[in-house]
Amino acid sequence: MRKLITTALALFALLCLSTVAFAAPPIKIGGLFAVTGPASFLGEPERNTAQMVVDEINKAGGVKGRKIELITYDTSGDATKAVQLVNKLIKNDKVVAIIGPSTTGDSMAIVPVVERAGIPLISCAAGSKITEPVKKWVFKTAQNDGLAAARIYEQLRKERKTKVAILSVSDGFGSSGREQLKAQAKAYGIQIISDDTYGPKDTDMTAQLAKIRGSQAQAVICWGTNPGPAVVARNAKQLGLKIPLYMSHGVSSKKFIELAGDAAEGIRLPSGKVLVADLLPKSDRQKGSLLAFIKDYQNHYRAEGDHFGGHAWDAVMLLKGAIERGGDTPAGIRNALEATRNFAGIGGVFNFSPRDHAGLTKDAFTLVEVRKKDWVLVK
Amino acid sequence: MELLNQVTQFVISGLATGAIYALIGLSFAIIFNSTGIINFAQGEFVMLGGVLTIFCINALQLPLLAAICAAVAGTTVIGLLFERLAIRPLKNATPLALIIITIGASILIRGVVMLLWGKDTQALPAFSGNDPISIAGATLLPQHLWIFGVTILVIVGCRLFFHHTISGKAMRACSFNPRAANLVGVSVGRMVLFSFVISAAVGSLAGVIIAPLTMTAYDVGVMLGLKGFCAAIMGGMGSGLGTVLGGLILGTLESLGAGLISSGYKDAIAFFILLLILFIRPQGLFKKGETERV
Repeated sequence: MRKLITTALALFALLCLSTVAFAAPPIKIGGLFAVTGPASFLGEPERNTAQMVVDEINKAGGVKGRKIELITYDTSGDATKAVQLVNKLIKNDKVVAIIGPSTTGDSMAIVPVVERAGIPLISCAAGSKITEPVKKWVFKTAQNDGLAAARIYEQLRKERKTKVAILSVSDGFGSSGREQLKAQAKAYGIQIISDDTYGPKDTDMTAQLAKIRGSQAQAVICWGTNPGPAVVARNAKQLGLKIPLYMSHGVSSKKFIELAGDAAEGIRLPSGKVLVADLLPKSDRQKGSLLAFIKDYQNHYRAEGDHFGGHAWDAVMLLKGAIERGGDTPAGIRNALEATRNFAGIGGVFNFSPRDHAGLTKDAFTLVEVRKKDWVLVK
Repeated sequence: MELLNQVTQFVISGLATGAIYALIGLSFAIIFNSTGIINFAQGEFVMLGGVLTIFCINALQLPLLAAICAAVAGTTVIGLLFERLAIRPLKNATPLALIIITIGASILIRGVVMLLWGKDTQALPAFSGNDPISIAGATLLPQHLWIFGVTILVIVGCRLFFHHTISGKAMRACSFNPRAANLVGVSVGRMVLFSFVISAAVGSLAGVIIAPLTMTAYDVGVMLGLKGFCAAIMGGMGSGLGTVLGGLILGTLESLGAGLISSGYKDAIAFFILLLILFIRPQGLFKKGETERV
């Protein structure tokens, strides 16, 4: 009798196991985004987009017949929290790959964890140091800020302007941009004659700008995210600063024009192509992805898709491609990711290689100018 | 010459920022003066002023003046409710407990505003245009004049109220000795309520007039509150000229520091001054000893 029961149980257990195998469990992907906190302007569209893209992939039958399950957590832009949550994703949720986090600080904090665990990470943050030097398991989709700096310098060189003043915000984004600007200046024959900072919550930058006005600078480059640069734009107008004002890609959204108002006129900035998708020539390889993303986002969230969402779009689509080609194990995904070539996404055309886990060139940015409260391409 | 121009600009910008700090500092001092509580939700009253005005303009389509009145009234009601619901029910609470309650309230208000109106920064249109005015080689926006004007009005108003009306004197009496004030027939509870109402009104007014310059969002109250607190400490927590001078000095030093030394030390300068004053003159820069008679 006992033998019978044991056999029945064993059979039952076997049955359970096999049903699981037949139903093909979903592929679990982790998402870490700063949905609340100071970086929420990054995290919220990223999470929204990631969820939207995953839902669409699932609706279309999943990846090789298997659904994707996206498990997202909110880091609030807090590195300590990010580390706790990444451990949770790896140990409890057993994800095979992770997208995010939204900020450079969060990303750097979790890099050692994913490296140790051997889980591929596609960061949505911009700091170059995330993938320089190359880390085996870490990739990123946001354009390196170095590329944006290069794009500005290229334009300055074209206009034969050699003396610039830098005004950067004193947080991770600003200091990384500042380093890039300083590091690349020489290559473009540019001399930085003034290098100032402002606090992320500062409300008046006239002191710094007055100092710049008194210098020999031929252009100002302000590196920050809203609302600081809008204050800089307003203060520059108040002081009657005559030299051109360049911003970073950190403010490339309509919100900046709204905040800076009339003071935004004439300001130039390097921007991902989402902003100007409809202005791009037909020959642009990203145009298809861009328009599709913008339309989708509009339908889902009644808001304009921005490049922050775009970073998550790229991350999910890159993962999808990698799983299709490399299978659903972390190692397979990583190897397939590294072999990704010519993927025309939102942030640019990605070409990963063992030596480059950021995958973009400075063509990922176009230079735009604010004219009549809208963007135009700078030729 | 260029340096002179620059320094004029630093000073004028600093005074303009300082006037903002002064106004917020005043609203700190009003509550402190009648209750002995430092209300750390003060920054949130400032934020509410700006955010509610923008809400009234955008969603309710009110004209600017009506929107401002509605926002100040709205914040005042919140101040009143705050006192009624969170401060009053605690009989015999220690000042420390009350201060912690105000910190809790500030987090609550910030959270609610974030949920209701989102996390985006918003700007209010300037009251009278954006054409800069030049003064002695430096420039100023018309909005700065509004800030100066309102600050002066509030100081004069406070002075008149606290020194020349029965309610004002009663409020001051409460701050010196609530028990004694009670014995001579002052309703301490009512005075505490008054002080919250007035300080919410002043704080929100500050928030409204600075919103066109500094823009506003659910979390601007923290830094503004802290700087205002700094100003109030410099002025010895008095509700008059001391706090205003404190704010102006703080703003000017910040601006000069950012322009002449390094902009990286701007906030450090403010907090260094705060600590210095707390060490050397805890009673404030301009206050004589506690010998005042009421």
